[in-house]
Amino acid sequence: MTSRMVGEAVKRVEDPRLLVGAGRFLDDLGQDAAELAVLRSPHAHARITDIDVTAALEVQGLLAIYTYEDLTGPLADPLPLLIPHPAISAGRTQYALAKDEVNYVGEAIAVVVAENRYLAEDAVERIVVSYRPLTPVVGVQAARAADHLVHEDAPGNVAAHFVQEVGDAAAAIAAAPFRLELELAIERSASTPLEGRGVLAQWDSDSQRLRMWTSTQTSTGVRAAVAAKLGLDLGRVEVITPDVGGGFGVKIVHPWPEEVLVPMAARALGRAVKFTEDRREHFISAAHERGQLQQIEVGFDATGRILGLSVRFWHDNGAYLPYGLIVPIITSTQLLGPYKPGAYRVEFDSLYTNTVIVTPYRGAGRPQGVYAMERTLDAIASELGLDRSEVRATNFIQPSEMPYDHGLIFQDGRPLVYDSGDFPATLAKLKALVGWDDWPAYQAAARAQGRQVGLGLACYVEGTGVGPYEGGHVQIETSGRVKVATGLTSQGQGHQTAFAQIVADELGVSMDDIEVVTGDTRRFPYAVGTFASRAAVTSGSAIALAARMARRKVLKVAADALEANPEDLEIVEGMVRVKGAPGVAMSLGTVAVLSNPLRYAFDEASKAATQFVVGDSDLPPVNEDDEPGLEGRDYYSPLRSTFANGMHAVIVETDPETAEIKILRYCVVHDCGTLINPLIVEGQVHGGVAQGVGGALYERIVYDDAGQLQNASFMDFLMPYVSEVPESIEIDHLETPSPLNPLGIKGAGEAGVIPSAAVFASAISDAEGFAITAMPISPSDLFELRRRHAGTDGHNESIAKKEPTR
Amino acid sequence: MKPSAFDYRRPEQLDEAIDLLGELGPDAKVLAGGQSLVPLLSMRLVAPKHLLDINRIAQLDFVSCGADGVRVGALARHAVLERDAGARAVQPLLAAALAMVAHPTIRNRGTTVGSIVHADPAAEMPAVLCLLGGSITATSTSGRRTIGASDFFLGPLESALQEGELAVEAFFPALPPQSGTAFAEISRRHGDYAVCGVAGLVTLDDDLRISVARAGYLSVSPTPLVLDLTDAVSGRTFDGDLSAAGDFASAAVDPEPDIHASADYRRHLVGVLTNRVIVGAAQRAAREIMANGARQALPMPGAQP
Repeated sequence: MTSRMVGEAVKRVEDPRLLVGAGRFLDDLGQDAAELAVLRSPHAHARITDIDVTAALEVQGLLAIYTYEDLTGPLADPLPLLIPHPAISAGRTQYALAKDEVNYVGEAIAVVVAENRYLAEDAVERIVVSYRPLTPVVGVQAARAADHLVHEDAPGNVAAHFVQEVGDAAAAIAAAPFRLELELAIERSASTPLEGRGVLAQWDSDSQRLRMWTSTQTSTGVRAAVAAKLGLDLGRVEVITPDVGGGFGVKIVHPWPEEVLVPMAARALGRAVKFTEDRREHFISAAHERGQLQQIEVGFDATGRILGLSVRFWHDNGAYLPYGLIVPIITSTQLLGPYKPGAYRVEFDSLYTNTVIVTPYRGAGRPQGVYAMERTLDAIASELGLDRSEVRATNFIQPSEMPYDHGLIFQDGRPLVYDSGDFPATLAKLKALVGWDDWPAYQAAARAQGRQVGLGLACYVEGTGVGPYEGGHVQIETSGRVKVATGLTSQGQGHQTAFAQIVADELGVSMDDIEVVTGDTRRFPYAVGTFASRAAVTSGSAIALAARMARRKVLKVAADALEANPEDLEIVEGMVRVKGAPGVAMSLGTVAVLSNPLRYAFDEASKAATQFVVGDSDLPPVNEDDEPGLEGRDYYSPLRSTFANGMHAVIVETDPETAEIKILRYCVVHDCGTLINPLIVEGQVHGGVAQGVGGALYERIVYDDAGQLQNASFMDFLMPYVSEVPESIEIDHLETPSPLNPLGIKGAGEAGVIPSAAVFASAISDAEGFAITAMPISPSDLFELRRRHAGTDGHNESIAKKEPTR
Repeated sequence: MKPSAFDYRRPEQLDEAIDLLGELGPDAKVLAGGQSLVPLLSMRLVAPKHLLDINRIAQLDFVSCGADGVRVGALARHAVLERDAGARAVQPLLAAALAMVAHPTIRNRGTTVGSIVHADPAAEMPAVLCLLGGSITATSTSGRRTIGASDFFLGPLESALQEGELAVEAFFPALPPQSGTAFAEISRRHGDYAVCGVAGLVTLDDDLRISVARAGYLSVSPTPLVLDLTDAVSGRTFDGDLSAAGDFASAAVDPEPDIHASADYRRHLVGVLTNRVIVGAAQRAAREIMANGARQALPMPGAQP
């Protein structure tokens, strides 16, 4: 019997190719293509009064310059607002090239196409733009104050105002025996994939077809958008994703201006055109996330049970709103985590600022929500003098309450209903893993040595696998090899491995004989994209269903040939055989030959399917309810999201002198249902934790008051090196299958990053004895906080200590 | 991020390079390790008409050690100097500081003289050169001159090199007798430019009491700063309370805030790190004295008292 592949820690089949440098990323393609460079706004807010390209025209090798005036038809309209929502009162999106006004430093004003990027940049330098500067709005506070407006027709800088409420939170809080109020802040960060954005397009004037490659998380989304913008039938546009060097959310936004301008130029110039984003461009013209201010009111009883929770927050959505309200809606709903809040009210404003757009970055609003909830639970524990883990346990939804309906609407427009999860078991595993009960003794012993150590805890629930759907196609070739295609894209998730594991089990073939293609609209044109921890759930399920369809066909064809009942057949290592009689067997390749009735033999094996060899002469060669070939194509469309969960603990040490923050241990317990590949899931957790360390302790997006980004490089945007990430991340799994899909799986892609701000704030608070209410935190920030809490301005003051609370 | 067009010259002889530099004038930039210049070119923050690559001039690729100190040629990579056993013996502060210069891949390519000439106040080696009272030798068509470290750094990214001059050598004086050095810095990430860095030099008298204490600072002033801390700790034994050095230093500096650290945090770190390097340097000096003392006390075999 072939051993089961799902659940095995199979090494990624992608890695050998990528590790030896044989990956092919966007900029590896199109070596002969003309190159495009973008003139970007140096002002955060200005009217454009004139654009003079005269001097640029002298650059040798220049092919074309485009400004807004050159855009026609749908290209002259604003880029789409991808996800409309009724609460959006002023939905504004940018033009592919700025029309009259710019609203952030980095906004595209003109593009130049030249023989190469050097010459294109020479021409960009020579374009003279005249501006009338306007006052920029930078930061949530300035947006709220609304002394100046980003968009004249968006009063108060409000893009949307949204309220959800279950029960009467104000009354519940007022009636509660204990009450607390918190004010919290969390700053911007960014996805920062190592490969930036990039687009290559070729126009074939003979067939009037466009073929483009783009570094995206949704090739079908780009295809639809480009077809619409360029006025082409979908059938004339092919979009292919090569290897993609990371996405983390920023590449789900589409179409980027360059994604429509590159194909436009390729068609106009009749030659291949390429745009490869550089790092500075990525920082100032792609997308950021995370920035919010939060006000929380909570009422609770003496056991720490929350009776009423009211959250008001202000979300900085940047200059435009292409991705709608997804981030703040996720914050407002996923904030609840594994807890029952009693009555709950959440109200947010999504606000315009003259900064780069804010769209989902791994975690997508959850890190902010978890931070709000977990800081609140720590505050309750501190107020009541209770163990922090006990306060959490008191508020948990119990396994017996699943499925649990929060009475809210989630980001997919569907009810927020948790499908499964065992939160008390997850917490018990985490406490055992980190040694929770031994902590007070350890902390006291360390303190006696003059060391400051702190333990943090944070819990989250993540809605994964959102719809609307994904599809899968499985085809068994006459060689016996299996070709699998799904439309969503890959940017490092290990889909080629995980999906092959699924198909190996469903079809009884070796993984070596399975080839998986993703993100190529020629192979699978119906798809949504890779985001929201959805690929394994949606495409994995669809591929499993497609493989089952192919398997049924295999058994039917083989049953005819072997004169057996389909129920009596099994597939083992690529051979279809009669159960209990392994001698009566044929290879999948032979079954594939027989599945396609032939007039012409093209090789020895195919003779078996020709007209004088097979077939019942009383029936047509292909029956009415049948079709030639061994294929299955199926779709999986979830009723709603499936909810994974996890809990993290971190132990930090803060230097009493330098305020440096060192990670001593990082522990994760994670439940994403059935594990397809534990190695890949742990890799996802490691990567997420690494990004979380960055977001909590290192990275921040720093704008000055003029809206100039102060750290648009990896020298000053402190993405952690391997030296900043914990050497080992201790992981334990729980597998609570989802009842919503055929494999019982839940998404795992974002999990690792979600509780980071919360868990580090908790640990540093524990080490320092005062509450951390703004994240990320640097040693300099911690130094200043120590001074504030010590109530002095000297630099050698002692640090006031409260008794630590657990 | 592609440079503007430039003419590229790669002479193989020093004389040729000097002539070219004189001929090309202010529109020429010298390329050695390129660890700072190439990013600046790519970001078009500099756009020289001519790039003069000195990497083929073999006579500039040397580290030579003498009793008086270490001479470092303009093509010596950080990594070569860091691993040079002679340099380590003559002036141990070099290896200690070089270990903090960025990352190994950058040290493999970047040159110590190049880093000094770039005159970034956040860089380690300018501060080391200043603390040790070293010098830079520059050559031009009008001759050769040596510029003392204290005269070399004029401002952030601004040195005393004049048009047509090529820095060919840095000189780091040897560790004085009965002395020790130490280096410490705090950076946000491993290998980043320091938020604050301090190099310390302590000389003890025969009673293991401090006779000289000085420190060089990076990232807290527009040019490398050297403070004489002798008055704060003079006469104290090497293992006594030396924290007056840190107090003195943090009161003496006037750092600027930036996106990574407040001014007060930097000032605080000046105190903390000063104490660390002064204690470390004093202990090394004491170990050295005690080891030498032990050696002197050991009679030569067969020697008649």
